[in-house]
Amino acid sequence: MKGVRFWGTRGSLPVALTARDVREKLLGALRAARGRPLTSESDLESVLASLPFAAAATYGGHSSCVQIDTGGPEFFICDMGSGLRPFGQAATAQRDGIGQTFHIFMSHLHWDHIMGLPFFVPAFIPGNRVVIYGSHQELEAALRRQQDKPSFPVDFSIFGAKLEFVHLKPGRTREIAGVAVTSMLQRHAGDSYGYRFESQGKVVIYSTDSEHPLAQAEHAERFVRFFQDADLVIFDAMYSLADAISVKADWGHSSNIVGVELCQMARARHLCLFHHEPVFDDDAIDAVLAETRRLEEITRGETPLHVSAAYDGMEIAL
Amino acid sequence: MHLQIATRQVADATIATPAGRIDHRSAAEFEAALTPLVEAAVAARGALVLDFSGIEYISSVGLRVLMIAAKKMREREAPLLVTALRSVVAEIFAISRFDRILTVTATLDEAMALCSAAALAQYRSAGSSAAP
Repeated sequence: MKGVRFWGTRGSLPVALTARDVREKLLGALRAARGRPLTSESDLESVLASLPFAAAATYGGHSSCVQIDTGGPEFFICDMGSGLRPFGQAATAQRDGIGQTFHIFMSHLHWDHIMGLPFFVPAFIPGNRVVIYGSHQELEAALRRQQDKPSFPVDFSIFGAKLEFVHLKPGRTREIAGVAVTSMLQRHAGDSYGYRFESQGKVVIYSTDSEHPLAQAEHAERFVRFFQDADLVIFDAMYSLADAISVKADWGHSSNIVGVELCQMARARHLCLFHHEPVFDDDAIDAVLAETRRLEEITRGETPLHVSAAYDGMEIAL
Repeated sequence: MHLQIATRQVADATIATPAGRIDHRSAAEFEAALTPLVEAAVAARGALVLDFSGIEYISSVGLRVLMIAAKKMREREAPLLVTALRSVVAEIFAISRFDRILTVTATLDEAMALCSAAALAQYRSAGSSAAP
């Protein structure tokens, strides 16, 4: 595996910047530019580089969709949130006349993880192959239902690509296009599944919409084994720990603190905070990232854990 | 043994002083030691003050124990206070947002002031620097 690209990183509901949000960012950039040389492109880049991420950019608002670059010609995707639409357009732009194959791994079937399929251009193109993997019995039915009347104007008959559905048994490793894929049951309303992808000595974990009951030691041990020695763990860090175990207990999500602890115990190398709370603005996510890095620093064992926060368009090399 | 808890009664308040690390290995031990203190404080309608000056680290599992204790105390309108956090533990409270859902004070004196006038008076008369 070569890397990961994020097409949708927001939890529960897509969000967008407002005109006021953009104006605030522009004002911040202009203030930062006061008194500085602004003649060359590198001068402008220098000003932008001096700004915090939240001031110069945005984490983005598409719901869950992550691409894993396996190094092979076939596409690997986790979840079909609204980020699937821009991914589909980018993949189609690469099309050179021959059919493309897409392997799509579903964590679960809640709306924010399936809403991209009706807008997934490659599914409309004859000659393409779209293989959708999951462990829910209702996998195909749930996707068909979202395009039934009156919810959507066209049903599955509009798709020109060959659509296939593959049921994965949790805990059993399956070889798919040169990648060993293992799914694991997670705690979430209606169940969700995490994925461990292994290839060419690299390991990527996709674990979203996953609540961690802190009273159950065997639960943590199961996840530590699943995350063991991962190069990258994409982790649901939607809530603060206090919220996750009090007012939002049983809402099916986790926190940055539990992410750091599990990754440290599993000796993972990189924790990527994912499935951001939709009410958080860019400053709030920046703050969560800074705090999580600080937590990692003050609790660090022998192996440092790199911590990042996913944003739409972010790429991580493995 | 990773964790030890000393206790003392000051008027209607109980001061519990755990020491060590509250992590995945010792959280159950912390919970087992804390539960009877919570029950006793609730029964007496008194305050429970956790003097964390000896706590070096607390993990998510340990914070969950505090959450459960605070919930039990709140249901019976008995105050639970956490005080004198070391800097690392204070940071963990802030990052986890536990500083927003628990009553946390900088010093034991401030905590006693929030318990009752009698507790504060007795605490001060005994000398605030007295060892537990």
